[in-house]
Amino acid sequence: MIEERPLPTTDEPVDAAFWRANLEGRLLVQTCAACGLARHPPRAMCPDCQSMAVEWRAASGRGRLWSWAVPAPPLLPAFAALTPYVTAVVELDDYPGLRLVGPMLVGKAGDMAGFDASALRIGQAVQVGFSRIAEDVALPGWRLADPQ
Amino acid sequence: MLKDRSAIVGVGCTAFAKNLAESELELACGAIKAALDDAGIAPREVDAVASFTQEETPEFEIARNLGFGELHAFSQVAHGGGAICGAVGQAAVAVAAGVARTAVVWRARKRGDPSKRQWAAVRARVSDHWKWSRPHGLLRPVDEVAVLARRYMHEYGLTREQLASVALTQRAYANANPGALMRGRPLDLESYMAGRMISDPLCIFDNCLESDGAAAIVLTSTERARDLCRPPVLIHAFSQGMSRQHQLMSDYHGADPLRSSSWATAANLWRQSDIGPDGLDVAQIYDAFSPMVLFCLEAYGVCARGEAGAFAAAGELGPGGRLPTNTSGGSLSEVYLHGANLLVEAVRQLRGEAATQIEGARACLVATCDSTPNGALILRR
Ligand SMILES: [Zn+2]
Repeated sequence: MIEERPLPTTDEPVDAAFWRANLEGRLLVQTCAACGLARHPPRAMCPDCQSMAVEWRAASGRGRLWSWAVPAPPLLPAFAALTPYVTAVVELDDYPGLRLVGPMLVGKAGDMAGFDASALRIGQAVQVGFSRIAEDVALPGWRLADPQ
Repeated sequence: MLKDRSAIVGVGCTAFAKNLAESELELACGAIKAALDDAGIAPREVDAVASFTQEETPEFEIARNLGFGELHAFSQVAHGGGAICGAVGQAAVAVAAGVARTAVVWRARKRGDPSKRQWAAVRARVSDHWKWSRPHGLLRPVDEVAVLARRYMHEYGLTREQLASVALTQRAYANANPGALMRGRPLDLESYMAGRMISDPLCIFDNCLESDGAAAIVLTSTERARDLCRPPVLIHAFSQGMSRQHQLMSDYHGADPLRSSSWATAANLWRQSDIGPDGLDVAQIYDAFSPMVLFCLEAYGVCARGEAGAFAAAGELGPGGRLPTNTSGGSLSEVYLHGANLLVEAVRQLRGEAATQIEGARACLVATCDSTPNGALILRR
């Protein structure tokens, strides 16, 4: 059993652009250069038109809570140390139907530890944030959007 | 082509426990030998096997330990909890097509040991589709299903009290089953509601057991089955299913994440079946996590969308209900064997020899894991 938090590989052609943009604080969505289909997670080939040409488009990072879980032990040691935490699925405002998984973030440092789930509701507005957890990984997560 | 042309003629199990001394190979041998004895078939007559890609014992070890004859068909089906009906169905296709004559399907597991839990084996760098959820904190299958359960609660108003009726009904079945791990452990709503959360909104009682054991079945042609000692249980219809754009377990990215692979399986299953959802007498539905039972009741057309929680809460899954389900106690309360015990219970029901026997049971749905590519069978007598 690993002691540290598992990380994504970030150097594979199909999604390296996504992870690289995260390091610069940007959220990108892979789209088909031929037909425009937006898709996440990224694919090598477009499932609609079978083109392998891709474009990476910027997303605003605004979204709505689709759902979430509040994992509790038994967990990997690295996640047990973060409890209570919340991992959410968020639907992006500017890419309707496109959903991303990410932890709810607290504080300026982008920490996911100690998030209180009690006030969350489905449909709540969130904004992407990034927590740098390795030299090559700034993992996207979600902050509650400022009340309008 | 497939319909009613093959039959399950033997079932066998080991003891079920938190920790058994035997190896997985020894458990598999014990369950398979018991199933062959039940069928009255000699090991030398077996010429086909089907198992799980997650089975740790290769088929040649099984064949040379048990003394099988020359094998003519052997396959493995992927995706753990989604696999048992695919394994049986592929063996049934081989037998119905005349490729093979007598097949064995088994599952042996030692999972009481925490190191055997798959999520505990996650690597430091994740390169496959899990990279989009595991580093973010959805680590275990229960976390992945918790996300869907919360969304379902929001969409359809399912309450925890309604969800509890799955676990409570199955626990009551297990209390009446001398082979179940939870035979002596009653469960009431108060204890359920006080159970600790494993991944909110799912509590410990919504999770399957961690346990050791093995189960096996023997399958042959219906023609041959008529000459054997046990009442044959016919493979009436079979399908596997994987929804469009499916992503294993963390299937949040399709048009409707609540429309699982079970919907694909169900449509193709009913297309082949003379028996419809209303013709079922009993069901065995994969239940690693209790919401999966509700999701499948809707996918297979037993309940309209959003109504499975009320159906369960009204007692319809119990012995006197409209569709008694997971009548041995299932993965929640009998044993967790990736659904192989549910298959054995289906056969027992249709033979009339179950611990909680549903009177006059003639047709049974067996459905596998809602959150993976999966499969299902209609069995009848
Ligand atoms: Zn395209």
